[in-house]
Order: sequence, then C-alpha cells, then structure tokens
Amino acid sequence: MTARVGVVTFPGTLDDRDTQRAVRTAGLEAVPLWHRDKDLKQVDAVILPGGFSYGDYLRAGAISRFSPVMETVIAQAKAGMPVLGICNGFQVLTETHLLPGAMLRNNHLHFICRDQKLRVENAETAWTRSYEQGQEINIPLKNIDGRYVADERVLDELEAEGRVVFRYEELNPNGSLRDIAGISNAEGNVVGLMPHPEHAVEPLIGTGRTDGLGFFTSILKRLVSA
Amino acid sequence: MARVVVDVMLKPEILDPQGQAVQRALPRLGFEGIADVRQGKRFELEVEGPVDDAALARIHEIAETFLANTVIEDFDVKVEAAEADAAAKAES
Repeated sequence: MTARVGVVTFPGTLDDRDTQRAVRTAGLEAVPLWHRDKDLKQVDAVILPGGFSYGDYLRAGAISRFSPVMETVIAQAKAGMPVLGICNGFQVLTETHLLPGAMLRNNHLHFICRDQKLRVENAETAWTRSYEQGQEINIPLKNIDGRYVADERVLDELEAEGRVVFRYEELNPNGSLRDIAGISNAEGNVVGLMPHPEHAVEPLIGTGRTDGLGFFTSILKRLVSA
Repeated sequence: MARVVVDVMLKPEILDPQGQAVQRALPRLGFEGIADVRQGKRFELEVEGPVDDAALARIHEIAETFLANTVIEDFDVKVEAAEADAAAKAES
C-alpha cells in the first residue's frame, strides 16, 4: 500500500503535471485536486505547485488563498497534514499565513530561470527527511516574485527554531532576507520554497540530477512508516 | 453611488525596487529633483447604498484581509464624494 498525495490545480497553475509525475516517480499515488473542490479525496498530503494562479493578480497567491480547496487545505494543515508549497504554492502559503512573511518582486526586477544551489538547513521536516543536514542540492529556480521578506523578529524566530529549511548557496538570486529559499511552520508539516524540486527528479531532464526527488521520498517515508 | 478609495502602499521599511526603477528613470527623461519614488496600488470601490459606519467597517475588513497583505503593506480608506467628482469632470 502506498500513500496518496494531492496536487492542486488553480487557474494559471503550470507545474501540476510535473508535480504529479514526481509524486509517481517516488512511488506515491498522485491525486489531482481542483481549486473549486473542497473535497480533498482522502489524500494523506497536499502539494501546491508552481505557476501563476489567477495571473498573480493583486499579489501572487492572494486570490488562490480564498479558493474553496484552500479552506480544507488550511484546516487540514493546522490538524497536522503535510503540505508542500512550491514557488507559487509557497506564495499561497504565505498569503494564508500558514507560513510567516511574504514574497515580493525580485530585487533586480527580472524573471530568473536558472539552476540554483541550496543548502538543506533542516532535514527533519515532513518533506526533507531524505536529505542530510547541511546537504547541498541543485534544483531549478524560476520566478519573478521570489524575494522573501519578514520582519526581524520573525526572522530571528525562524532561525532560532530551525525553521529556515533551505538557504540559497553561492548567490542570493532575488534579495531574499538572510538568503532564505524555504521555511516551515513550527510543527514542520508545512514547508514552502521557491525553487522547484519536481523539475529535478529524473536524470534525463532539468539539471540532469535527481536532487529534487528527496522531497517526494521524504513524504513517502513519513506517510508509509507512520 | 458613493466611491470609497483604498490606497495600499508597501510599508516604509520594505524595499521597493519598482519605485526605485521609476526614480532612476526620471533624470534620464529630463525630470530633476525627485529624491525618492514608492509605488503602490489604488482601489476604487463603488458602494451600493449609504457609506455609513457599517459599510466603512466592511470595507476596512476587505482591505485588511484581501486588498492589502498587512505583513508587508499599509492601507488607507477614504470616502470620495461621487457627485463632486462628477461635477468636476463636467467642468473640465
């Protein structure tokens, strides 16, 4: 028996298919979820994929945050269900306040699309257990609203509690405060990051490495051993 | 119908690279003397019925929960007299 991972599609989502494929590549069952549907179809975890949901109108993630599916996702996340937000999904998670801080336009105002080195700072969340603490991974990054900001008090709290899950290595591509690429909630079940692990799960495509696969095998371990 | 305007601005401590880009473009266009530019959003809400305290409280809630993200933005709610606006337009 394997676990069921829901992948939400909003109008304007781009990476739902790649995410479903990554979920299946790790040996999990991928369950498509529709933004207008409150029903999560009894999934064990949810991924909010990348893209430009609702055209990023108002603010990235601001409109998706109020969609029917998010009502249930927010409630379930608070009850402990693992949730991963990638890129636009991370933006949605900050808009819901499941994760603190906010995402803003890159400091250089350009869209970036590159392979990005990250350091795994916390290998104990639901989504990072397959990695080692301090491990360096290389996965694609592609966005224009990738600058993570939060006030000093929140940043200090994140650092003190080990909730900075990923930091940009070598180069800070967007002006994110303290080089933050991804964070978690206090419980570690909700994780958000800007780079795209789902684009780096097969050696034939993307970076040519499978550094992103660990997200999906982490959740498999968590769900199947639980 | 009365109009209520909600202005949303990034908090002063938040870096605004878009505003900076506008500011840096000004001298090139021959406009001197602008030390700083910050870019925000303006929402014009046409309100059905009277703009009383209850309506304003509702608009305040709309601004706080949706139009602005108060983690990074401040907002300001102003009532505009629709008739005065229409008269001004007719004059010009």
